[in-house]
Amino acid sequence: MASENAYSPQDPTLKKRDDFEDILEERRNSSDVKYALRCYTPVLYNGVPPCKASLLKHTVLKSDHVLFVIQQLSKESGESPEIIHEEAVEILDEMAQNLKLSVVRFFAFMLSKAFKTLFQRVRVNEEGIQRLQQAIQQYPVVLLPSHRSYIDFLMLSYVLYTYDLSLPVIASGMDFLGMKIVGEMLRMSGAFFIRRSFGGDKLYWALFSEYVKTMLRKGYAPIEFFLEGTRSRTCKSLVPKLGLLNIVMEPFFKGEVFDVSLVPISISYERILEESLYAYELLGVPKPKESTSGLLKARKILSDDFGSIHVYFGHPVSLRSLAQGKISRSYCNLIPRHIPVKPPKDIFTFVNDIGYKMVRLQQENMVISPWVLVASILIQSLPQIDINHLTEQTVWLRNLAQSFGASVDWPDHISVSKVVASSISLHHSIVRNIGGRVTLIEEKQESSNLEHQLFNYAATVLMCASYRNQILHIFVRPALVAISVHSVGSSRKEEIFSYFSFLRDIFSYEFIFAPGHAIQDFEEGCYLLMKADAIQILKTDILLSERGHKIVSFFISMFQPFVEGYQVVCRYLSEEALEGVTENQYVSAVRKFAVKRLLSGAIKSCEVLSSDLQKNALAALLKLNICRKTKEMEQVVVKVNRTAVNSVEDTLGRKLTPQKTTLARL
Amino acid sequence: MASDMSSSKGERPQTAQYRLRIIAGHLQSPGRVSANECKGEASSTSSTAAANAGQSGTIPRRRQDLLKWNGWGYSDSKFIFNKKGQAEFTGKRYRLSGMVLPALREWFEKTFGASLEHKTPPRSALNTSDIPAPILNEDFLDDLKATKIPFSHEIEDRIFRAHGHCLHEIFALREGKFERVPDLVVWPNSHSEVEKIVNLACKHNVCVIPFGGGTSVSSALECPPDEKRSIVSLDTSQMNRILWIDEKNLTAHVEAGIIGQDLERLLNVSGYCTGHEPDSMEFSTLGGWVATRASGMKKNIYGNIEDLVVHIRMVTPRGVIEKSCQGPRMSTGPDVHHFIMGSEGTLGVVTEVTIKIRPVPEYQKYGSVVFPNFEQGVACLREVAKQRCAPASIRLMDNAQFQFGHALKPQVASIFTSFLDGLKKFYITKFKGFDPNQLCVATLLFEGDREKVLQHEKQVYDIAAKFGGLAAGEDNGQRGYMLTFVIAYLRDLGMDFYVIGESFETSVPWDRVLDLCRNVKERIVRECKERGVQFPPLSTCRVTQTYDAGACVYFYFAFNYRGIADPIHVYEQIENAAREEILANGGSLSHHHGVGKLRKRWLQEAISDVGIGMLKSVKQYVDPNNIFGNRNLL
Repeated sequence: MASENAYSPQDPTLKKRDDFEDILEERRNSSDVKYALRCYTPVLYNGVPPCKASLLKHTVLKSDHVLFVIQQLSKESGESPEIIHEEAVEILDEMAQNLKLSVVRFFAFMLSKAFKTLFQRVRVNEEGIQRLQQAIQQYPVVLLPSHRSYIDFLMLSYVLYTYDLSLPVIASGMDFLGMKIVGEMLRMSGAFFIRRSFGGDKLYWALFSEYVKTMLRKGYAPIEFFLEGTRSRTCKSLVPKLGLLNIVMEPFFKGEVFDVSLVPISISYERILEESLYAYELLGVPKPKESTSGLLKARKILSDDFGSIHVYFGHPVSLRSLAQGKISRSYCNLIPRHIPVKPPKDIFTFVNDIGYKMVRLQQENMVISPWVLVASILIQSLPQIDINHLTEQTVWLRNLAQSFGASVDWPDHISVSKVVASSISLHHSIVRNIGGRVTLIEEKQESSNLEHQLFNYAATVLMCASYRNQILHIFVRPALVAISVHSVGSSRKEEIFSYFSFLRDIFSYEFIFAPGHAIQDFEEGCYLLMKADAIQILKTDILLSERGHKIVSFFISMFQPFVEGYQVVCRYLSEEALEGVTENQYVSAVRKFAVKRLLSGAIKSCEVLSSDLQKNALAALLKLNICRKTKEMEQVVVKVNRTAVNSVEDTLGRKLTPQKTTLARL
Repeated sequence: MASDMSSSKGERPQTAQYRLRIIAGHLQSPGRVSANECKGEASSTSSTAAANAGQSGTIPRRRQDLLKWNGWGYSDSKFIFNKKGQAEFTGKRYRLSGMVLPALREWFEKTFGASLEHKTPPRSALNTSDIPAPILNEDFLDDLKATKIPFSHEIEDRIFRAHGHCLHEIFALREGKFERVPDLVVWPNSHSEVEKIVNLACKHNVCVIPFGGGTSVSSALECPPDEKRSIVSLDTSQMNRILWIDEKNLTAHVEAGIIGQDLERLLNVSGYCTGHEPDSMEFSTLGGWVATRASGMKKNIYGNIEDLVVHIRMVTPRGVIEKSCQGPRMSTGPDVHHFIMGSEGTLGVVTEVTIKIRPVPEYQKYGSVVFPNFEQGVACLREVAKQRCAPASIRLMDNAQFQFGHALKPQVASIFTSFLDGLKKFYITKFKGFDPNQLCVATLLFEGDREKVLQHEKQVYDIAAKFGGLAAGEDNGQRGYMLTFVIAYLRDLGMDFYVIGESFETSVPWDRVLDLCRNVKERIVRECKERGVQFPPLSTCRVTQTYDAGACVYFYFAFNYRGIADPIHVYEQIENAAREEILANGGSLSHHHGVGKLRKRWLQEAISDVGIGMLKSVKQYVDPNNIFGNRNLL
């Protein structure tokens, strides 16, 4: 199983991937009505038919766990259990899904229409579907799709309906409920709604976790949720959130189910519906609250072309096999199972590891579109680049990516220049070919406000970056090794590794690095660079080879925006936040600082304006104890250790630009 | 003490009843009615062998004269496929003896993918050249001779005390070999002779391994391969007298080497019984029960061994341990009996035991209930336990075991019976809508005075009805118990045709029973697949005992090993995986089989470091030179 090899440096190009089939093709040739009304008889887990929504609620309310928590809360608060029970009923009503086949059929019809207009193709690996079908019959299944768009879960249910598989119940954010009718319809197509934060609310937690666990234990339906917790606005994978993962694993820890199958699913979009929305959001234009009318406005996008979608169902991963020999489940033996118990540390670590592992499995099966390669080249030569040079570079990058194991969706039998040209025309919202120069689009606003201009420009850059970001997971390990080799100014392996570890720690929220796997990551990076002839590995030394020059400079430029962005954050903290900054003000303050630096020309990359980057940087600094949070007057304040922050900035700044001397010496 | 081995081998039976019936015919006056049907018979049949051996007890010094040397039970009783290819049980000792079991072959072939064409017969005789030469301690021997206690270093005597009844042990007898066997066998006749032997062993630094009935299923009798000292097997079988019966206090004082069926038979003569009926009671000894913390089928009425024992006498290297009185309960610090019970022969030899006795019950009745599925069945047993109205025995077999039981139906005598059977089946599956692949059966045994039994029976059936249970007759109940006692004989049959298997047990809180059963069975199936077993295994369980706070669960596991190079190794890996699964699901390391050497790797986890330390310090004080060196437990 792929999972076993996630970290071992074996030749990634040898990885066998399934072929894709376009499911829209049939839709274009036959009746959508018939399709929506066709006989739907999915295989079931253990032959358990889906349970009525009302019965499910009843089961949850009567569960020992919920009753116990209600009793406890009643004792603590003095409130009568009946009142708390009422409250529980309300919470559950707000939360529960209410899967109705008729609504699913309605969606099947509507989505067929919509998808056919929006997308050229929706391609699915059918072997993955077959594996999933088998898995569903054996053990409870948890579907773990990547999250790049609102479309994700509609798309997934649509695909499962198409292949006659059990429809999942989906954990969704409460914000959807704001959209009145749509919210209820989503509920009837299997969504259940959870509040974004319910930190200390024990009742809510009990109901929510019991609700999920009941569905899992009984095997009513596959459970689907997004490990990343929210849509990734940057199109990079987000570090996994562990709350729901913990919940779905608990029935296994407690022996209530024999096993649970975790199915990573990678959904890759050639062009993301929300691309510009994300960019503005990252720049600080507040996210428009999801509303039905907003969705209707989105209708105008229906006339646009969003290319292809690839949905890859990964191998189901057996939780039991993952746990084998790693953890002891006997911690559950001494307390009745309905009483919530804080799992020991090794369980927490285990769940965390699995979270990372699953995200990496999602990444592994992402499909890279040619545009991603184009954007990666283009963004290094902003604001424009010669089309021939761009094409040449794109091919070079494609070959490099493929040799590093990327699954690139490069059409056969079409000339390279055509492929590039059609990518460019698909992404007319970002670039245009003006007389042989591929140029980034800037919405011309008649504003003399420099800041406005900067933001407009930055929005397009961030859009472009969001495509480049889709390939970073392929390169991040070799790139950080390459940067380390280049920056350390020594060929000693230990020194290179220690710089690599530093970068890995600093970027631990920016990219997905499984905790505790620094050595494996380093080895993987070295292996890939060696394979590309970029470095030579000796016993105690690592040497850059002549041929490695191009790759190394490319990697340095590729990750430069992050390095620079983190330096800006550090500088901000050390120059302007010495007294501390409240958590709420942090993003806008850094942004203001960065705008100043950009306008003054001190820095070049607009990506520093991305609030995602700013937050990731802070999170890493907090984790490394370079900053810490304190509570002052009801506010969370970030305090800075100036020396440490300066040292991070300096370390990041070591020899950023390629220097001939170093290369010559090596 | 006849410690270790003995007691509890999971699979045996009940036998008692069947044998009893036969014997009852011979021995008892017809007037006593069914009162004594409960006890195992010290069967009259075996008296010949005993007579030959010149002993009063059932088991002669030369065990091989009466018992199989390479399998379970009596030499004359075994399953065979006769010339017509039908299964048949030979001999005359059991109710099933001489009967043809028409359904067994098909079940056997279908369940295991086995075939009568593919045989794996055992070797016909012991390969004596395989046996390591005895390490004899001449000084010890000289002193022993002076005591006139009988002893032997014949190869057969030694090897038949080198093993219990674990699969790997029987397999070794059939086609493998033992690395280490006892060097000498001694047969003390009394407490004082045991004292002499232990004193001599201490004096000459000789290792002593107590041997009772030899029914251990925990590798407890295996000799440590690296034991360099001379190993003496102390066979308690000749210490088999009831020394006195105290009718005022309802106790009996008995030598620890007595086997279960003899104890019951002899007490029956005076109108009493102990009611302790581990499935191994045909062969296991009182001392072995004490040493392993045995459990009896009818513990709901009589209690387990720890409830039955009033006084224990044990010879240790430090001297004799016993209490000063026979008070029924004491608050005198930790109960020293609990150092002895479960000590598995590591501290000394139990020589004499005072045990509670009861008047033989007037009336006994089997029963059975069919449930639509295992979940309902478990819920019913839980309710019965809650109301504390469990009959003498109540057991719930899962579907696979129910079908197994059915395969053991003897040829029906008349068309009428078979018609009735068909009718019953129709009623349950068609009329009541039970799925034949889901339904499961609880077997019941009631005992007491007639009126109370009938009343009790009604109470239990009423509870069962609430859980969808249908009364399914005495016959089904009785056959259920039969399965327990023939299972070990059946294993020998399987081993003739590439099928190996074993049973193991655990105890678990009520709320985890279902999860544990499902997960362990599934784990076995999955492990078999992963280890290249070509046919799905038999993986089945039953709930065999109910307690206030939980239940005892018993698993059978067997598979066809054709195509596997090292079946015993594969088997052991799977059994270990199953045990790990049990522990992960909140089950105990053992309910009554004990730890021995088979399960000692998990003991530390089971009882904590401090717990191990406590046991070690007791061992250190009682037996500093490790005279009782079987290395069980620690």
